[in-house]
Amino acid sequence: MMQRLPSAIAVLLLALIFATIAIGHAEQTVLRPLAESYVRLVPHELGAPNVITGILLTYRAFDTLGEVAVLFMVAAGVGLVLKEPGKAGARSASDSEAAQPASEIVRTAAQILVPLIAIFAAYIIMNGHISAGGGFQGGAVIASAVLLMLLADPSHKLNSVFLSVTESLAGVLFVLVGIAGLIFAGGFLDNRVLPLGQFGAFFSAGAIPLLSVLLGVKVGCELSVILDRFRA
Amino acid sequence: MTSTVVLSTGLVVMLIGLWGVLAHRNILRIIISLSLIGTGTHILIVAIGYVRNGTAPIIDRALTVAEAPARAVDPVPSALVVTAIVIGLAVTAILLAYAIRLYESKKTLSIDAFRDSKW
Repeated sequence: MMQRLPSAIAVLLLALIFATIAIGHAEQTVLRPLAESYVRLVPHELGAPNVITGILLTYRAFDTLGEVAVLFMVAAGVGLVLKEPGKAGARSASDSEAAQPASEIVRTAAQILVPLIAIFAAYIIMNGHISAGGGFQGGAVIASAVLLMLLADPSHKLNSVFLSVTESLAGVLFVLVGIAGLIFAGGFLDNRVLPLGQFGAFFSAGAIPLLSVLLGVKVGCELSVILDRFRA
Repeated sequence: MTSTVVLSTGLVVMLIGLWGVLAHRNILRIIISLSLIGTGTHILIVAIGYVRNGTAPIIDRALTVAEAPARAVDPVPSALVVTAIVIGLAVTAILLAYAIRLYESKKTLSIDAFRDSKW
């Protein structure tokens, strides 16, 4: 009990600070100037109905690129931490445990659900510029399909070469689209290298759907690699 | 009003996470608590971006281009939170990888067993 007293005091003091924040919080009634210019500019300049996707994949697309690099680093880092020169006893014991087949319910559900989840992921990725969705979200959904597949068949070997080649290819294409923006449009990752099209149509908003697909493929591959590393 | 409720929820979730980090001795529980602090921060950031009577900044039949600046919520915090969620996932993955290695070295997940690396 005495050990927890300093922790309790720390949490209480922080709660006091948080309480002043919550009490002093005043809800905005109008947009801040930066936000207002984004809300005005994204539909006009980029032709994307979803303002957040416009920010993520054009105005702040360089950040998005950095974020994907972070995910790649995590996949590499998890592999580095979990890599073991001589397999310890605990690891092989967990291996034999993991090799037990999943129950029939899980296997049947996986057979039905994995294609549906994949279709849903494609829908989320391809509608990122029109409605809620985008590359990151869709990539995470792809990874959930991979996870379900691995749960249903624990001994299944993911093709890691295919995953890393696809992921690298998506990354290279993402950067190439960015460089194309530098040459043919206003700057790095400018979406106006492709025609903007009709506002709100499926093929519109310039390069944003293309970038979305590349991002979704890349994130899906990276998260699948991370899942695979944890299983090994 | 709405955003104050959401903001308070985010702050409370952060406090629960901090308490979990300080009070628990199991590494997995500490990792869950760290994720809770992150989740609380995400809720907090989204709450800050709320505009009174605002709606999602997506232009469609319900929100025309002309009225968007008056009725949309701030899109910048939402875009930042997407970044933050991805980084949170990355941090959790690395933490779990370290937890696996720590478990292999001492066969326990209690941080009381890991005293030798102090100083």
